Amino acid sequence: MELFTNQVLAGIATGAIYACMALAVVMIYQAIDHLNFAQGEMAMFSTFVCWQLMQWGVPYWGAFLVTLVFSFAGGIAIERLLFKPLAKAPILTNVAGFIALYAIINSVAGLIWDFTIKQFPTPFGSSSFLGSQLISTHQAGMIGVTLILLLLLFFFFRFTRMGLAMRAAASLPESARLVGINTSWMIALGWGMAAAIGAIAGMLIAPVVFLEPNMMLGVLIYGFAAAVLGGLTSPLGAVVGGFLVGVFENLVGTYIPGVGNELKLPIALALIVTVLVVKPAGLFGRPIVKRV
Amino acid sequence: MSAAEEVVTEAPAVEAVPKRAMTLGYGTSLVMLALLIAAPLFVKNFIIFQLTMLLVYALAVLALNILTGGSGQFSLGQSAFYAVGAYTSAILMEHVGMNYALTLPIAGVICFGFGFLFGQPALRLSGVYLALATFALATAMPQLLKLGYFEHWTGGVQGLVVTKPDAPFGLPMSQDMWLYYFTLVVTVAIYIFSVNLLRSRSGRAFMAIRDNEIAASAMGIDVALYKTLAFGVSAGITGVAGGLGAIAVQFVAPDGYTILLAINLFLGMVVGGVGWLPGSIVGSAFIIFVPNIAEGISKGLSGAVFGILLFLVIFLVPHGARQIAIVAQQLIGKLKKN
Amino acid sequence: MTAMLNIKDLRAYYGQVQALHGLEFALNQGSVTTLLGANGAGKTTTLRAICNMVRSTGAIEFDGAPLTGRSTENIVRLGIAHVPQGRGTFTTMTVEENLQLGAITRKDRAGVVADIDRMYDHFPVLKQRHTQQAGTLSGGEQQMLAVARALMLRPRLMLLDEPSFGLAPLIVRDLFKILGKINREDKVTILVVEQNAQLALELADKAYVIETGRIVMSGSANEIANNEDVRKSYLGY
Repeated sequence: MELFTNQVLAGIATGAIYACMALAVVMIYQAIDHLNFAQGEMAMFSTFVCWQLMQWGVPYWGAFLVTLVFSFAGGIAIERLLFKPLAKAPILTNVAGFIALYAIINSVAGLIWDFTIKQFPTPFGSSSFLGSQLISTHQAGMIGVTLILLLLLFFFFRFTRMGLAMRAAASLPESARLVGINTSWMIALGWGMAAAIGAIAGMLIAPVVFLEPNMMLGVLIYGFAAAVLGGLTSPLGAVVGGFLVGVFENLVGTYIPGVGNELKLPIALALIVTVLVVKPAGLFGRPIVKRV
Repeated sequence: MSAAEEVVTEAPAVEAVPKRAMTLGYGTSLVMLALLIAAPLFVKNFIIFQLTMLLVYALAVLALNILTGGSGQFSLGQSAFYAVGAYTSAILMEHVGMNYALTLPIAGVICFGFGFLFGQPALRLSGVYLALATFALATAMPQLLKLGYFEHWTGGVQGLVVTKPDAPFGLPMSQDMWLYYFTLVVTVAIYIFSVNLLRSRSGRAFMAIRDNEIAASAMGIDVALYKTLAFGVSAGITGVAGGLGAIAVQFVAPDGYTILLAINLFLGMVVGGVGWLPGSIVGSAFIIFVPNIAEGISKGLSGAVFGILLFLVIFLVPHGARQIAIVAQQLIGKLKKN
Repeated sequence: MTAMLNIKDLRAYYGQVQALHGLEFALNQGSVTTLLGANGAGKTTTLRAICNMVRSTGAIEFDGAPLTGRSTENIVRLGIAHVPQGRGTFTTMTVEENLQLGAITRKDRAGVVADIDRMYDHFPVLKQRHTQQAGTLSGGEQQMLAVARALMLRPRLMLLDEPSFGLAPLIVRDLFKILGKINREDKVTILVVEQNAQLALELADKAYVIETGRIVMSGSANEIANNEDVRKSYLGY
């Protein structure tokens, strides 16, 4: 029993990583109604930018803030330059665009910073949290930041006019235009916000998985899975999904024999897909009744 | 009941390609065929091998076209079926001593079954959710192939070496050339089969499902049957492609069939034109040759160059090679009038 | 009195298909005009062309300023509210959020709050349901919500596309009464496109009849209502 509790707690700790990424995923889904495969790479690139700033002597929080601004602007720039021209193209073509973006960012990061792993500092320190064996202060910090982000996003979407406008633009673009909303800019804004959230996720994750160009691949996939599990329209679902995915992954690794690291991913995904078959809109997603 | 109502007014995720536009005209097809028959006579063996792989991947992209462009189901898992086909052929050839040609229909049937079975739980998923499920399948496959449990048959992490067949009846051609023509015959046969499939009642059922699933079911189409059928056929063809690939490459190993292959096949489908069967070979050419070109331009930034080239293609022809074909057709139409 | 909305030689296209063949008409400030026609005649296309939601050529002027070349959202910001066919309700949002969205481009917060209350006065049923998800409202209620949302813009011109569609006759009667009230009290110019000719002609001052993308008849609402052909084709007697 104690092993079980330990693994669950450890799973929640790693789950905070996925939860954070899942928030970025939900954010972009709210804006553009599909998933952006290059988000992990954008987060990775932002994290490298932060690292570079610190190499040049900028203190942590200064670098953090500059990186956030850079990521927000970068997200908007990428959308305006690369994806606005594809707005009228079929969805699958846009997906190919995401894949192309992934290849470009990964390659450029590899060239600038090479593939050796680097240390990335945490502002929370890495001693044990409240004396517990399982959760370090950094992990507690991750969970805390994720929850704060969740609250901020919730507040933004529910109580601000901009949030309302973004939700409207994502849900029914034509009707949104008919109330005067510039839906094109709402999409750009969504990208900017998703990039900034992704940057936060990257900067939280890097101390744990170590900084290198391929660090986000596994995280992104689990982030997608978590967002889908939670219901793609619900930030709360994304966070809960993230924690659940972390726990699944840990329990699978502990209790199912013969499962090494490589099989954890497909099994976790398979479990999630099973949940989806039962509840197609995800745990917190609003079920949509489709009329023809 | 707090469910919100949504009227499905936006376009379906996979754009409709009208039935007659799914293939080339007879004249163009014959020209293409002539080119494909003549090609290996003028080039070296290694290029012939590349041409064989061109056909193999074209088959795999064709299969994906049937699934996605035909029945509207989005799959990132084709590499799994390809792997199963490849390993089936390899195991039958090396462990059972079966003739290489016979392994192909077996690979096809096994993969058809596998695809049909996978199609069942996939019925309740669509779009993003189906992508995730197929993605899970694709990531699982290399790991399953490495499992110690199967190692005696699969060769584990090392994989299996496959013996390259000689030209039969002592025909005076290299192994590569024989394999090319063999692959060409299989490819053309499957292409003709696919064209006819999409023109048949089943094909119409697929496309009805792609365009509006609810309406299709209201019309009496057994949506469940046709969706799983599409998965099965697509998987079967991909399996045959995998088998051919294994024979051509002479080697199967788990890390040759990763999610990267599935992503490449997807890109091939988009570049060729989703749902446009002749485009499969254009897509295949893209995924075989462009990465090499990218590496030639810049070794350190080959990924970035590939991405940029891909962006160029999708900016210029967002609907893939089909767009070029349509423009060409219109030009020829105008010329004929004058 | 100069026309508020002036349309000259309007041609509209869906891809290669031409839906409007040189439409011409004008709306005077403060008037209620109805555009009648059968299915597929081009009524909806006309409204969509005004808001640049469909490819078109020709001159459309609002208060003397041309609308061509402006995006839909910019046209709306000039004071033109469009209640589309099918209502375009944000089904996943609450009634109140829908109303807030109608006013999303306005900067006067206090005015918006006051206007929401006014909408609840016009349409008490919306007040009852103001925290409910809009998708759970009945057809009639959603239509009221759509009109209320359009009014939240404080528009000078309101375009309505078949507001009676799918609604019970009594509800339509109520709705048109409210539209008349809005026109008189809030001085909103109205262009309503309808298949339900009878009620539309009772509400309107002026009427046009459109057939296969061309205006075939125009006149005061009375004239059109008493016209032999119109009575046979659109009024059923």
